[in-house]
Amino acid sequence: MVGSKPAKWLPFFLIGSTLLFFYLPILIMMVFSFNGSRSLTNWAGFSTQWYTQLFNSRDMMAAVMTTVSIALISTVISTFVGTVTAIGLSKSNKVIKETVLMISNLPILNPEIVTAIGLMLLFSAFAIRRGFATMLLAHIAFSIPYVILTILPKLRTLDPNIAEAAMDLGATPWQALIKVIVPQITPGIVAGALIAFTMSFDDFVISYFVTGNGVKNISILVYTMSKRINPTINALSTILVVIITIALVLVNALPMLRKKERIAIE
Amino acid sequence: MKAFRNLVKPYLFWMGVFIVIPMLLIILYAFTRQGNDVMTFTFTFDNFIKFFDPIFLKVLGKSLQIAFVTTLVSIILGYPVAYYVANTKEKTQTLLILLITIPMWINMLVRTYSWISILSDNGFLNSILKAIGLSPVSLMYTDFAVTLGMVYNFMPFMILSIYTVLAKMDKALIAASYDLGANRLQTFLRIVLPLSVPGIIAGITLVFLPAVSTFVIPKFLGGGNYMLIGNLIENQFITVGEWNFGSAISLIMAMVIMGSMLLTRRLDRNVEESDKGVNHGNGGVMYGRQ
Repeated sequence: MVGSKPAKWLPFFLIGSTLLFFYLPILIMMVFSFNGSRSLTNWAGFSTQWYTQLFNSRDMMAAVMTTVSIALISTVISTFVGTVTAIGLSKSNKVIKETVLMISNLPILNPEIVTAIGLMLLFSAFAIRRGFATMLLAHIAFSIPYVILTILPKLRTLDPNIAEAAMDLGATPWQALIKVIVPQITPGIVAGALIAFTMSFDDFVISYFVTGNGVKNISILVYTMSKRINPTINALSTILVVIITIALVLVNALPMLRKKERIAIE
Repeated sequence: MKAFRNLVKPYLFWMGVFIVIPMLLIILYAFTRQGNDVMTFTFTFDNFIKFFDPIFLKVLGKSLQIAFVTTLVSIILGYPVAYYVANTKEKTQTLLILLITIPMWINMLVRTYSWISILSDNGFLNSILKAIGLSPVSLMYTDFAVTLGMVYNFMPFMILSIYTVLAKMDKALIAASYDLGANRLQTFLRIVLPLSVPGIIAGITLVFLPAVSTFVIPKFLGGGNYMLIGNLIENQFITVGEWNFGSAISLIMAMVIMGSMLLTRRLDRNVEESDKGVNHGNGGVMYGRQ
């Protein structure tokens, strides 16, 4: 490679094989979710039996319901608390701000399993029966730090005098907050909510330790069912992959489309 | 402005309950004997002494070894990918980064589970080997399978954090290096590589930390008897019910991880000192989670 241009095929080959490595397992899983037999290697004709089984399985549907409802509720609560806290922090003095962030970031810096057993010990110390409620509380707890971290940089770019100006003009602090500050950090709030939702939706380790009473989310169900080859997991995963891919493509394509529209209008 | 400061207060209480107390409880459990009453604690170092048994030390050693190999492989395979992606056209970059990111959004258990169907004795890989006339290999439940699963799950973090630094790098520096007579290799070794160290360091944190503590990947690809430190902790809490010993192991693991992170950071500082005056990009971008 010294002195001469590297061969064109090298980058192509490297990036291509890396992407193949990332996508091959997912593709195989998706293809075999339509397999006629239980086998993951022998193709026994096209069939949607695993999808039928999936929708008929009470466990599966309960896990989907648990996952979605916990993700939605914890996103709303953690986004609200995170936003309020971030705004408060942006107006606090440096010492308070740094101390709060240091403690708040502990669950991000710690291995997940440590956070998980800490919460498990907490719930048992207060004799709270583990189940849906404890899982929800845990999800709110691990999401808030990420929401704060996402919103704080947006607040930093904000003119510090703007809220004061609003209040000089007669706005109450509450009005200044809702009508002046919040609209300007909306992109940050949306990003924080998205992170909170996906973190909750995908979580396994913390949910696994703080749940009980038979309450399972999708990850826990996959973990307990993984002992035997179970094509319904493939069917469920395929549905999730399709939904996530569509959502991601939309999120990435929308700004581009809008830009094009704007150019077209101009 | 004082009115807004009070907005922090509810979270102070919340943090106390959901972050500080759990940490204190882990420490409390680690230093006490089992069968604590609400108010009577028997302090002991037994839980830590118990860990210094060859069986458990071996588990810790193996976890560190596999996490180290995973991190190393992620750098060696991930760096060139990040480098070439950063050198493509801007539109291609966006597309490639999106393609690398999509799998990370898919449930980690599901992605790891799908490797079972590739690696198992009558799996995808062996059916290909059979088709081209080679003898089948037994890959499941080996160190190789576990390391592969970890590289698969964590390498995207390495690629993305190296890419972030490389993409922000001032291209004029490279042009200047050529103008001054350096060839491609010299330019890479003396300009590009040193400047991308912060990205590598950030990547190491994002790969090594989850690799040491995961218990899902070894369970799926290493089998039920495969023990890494994460599995050991899981067993103490879920199966055995020895929370005190489990807490002690978690503390030891947290210490070991913190130690290796400090070591890595020192590495970074040494590099920074050796080429003072060159402004480093910030590689500490959080891509999230594991």
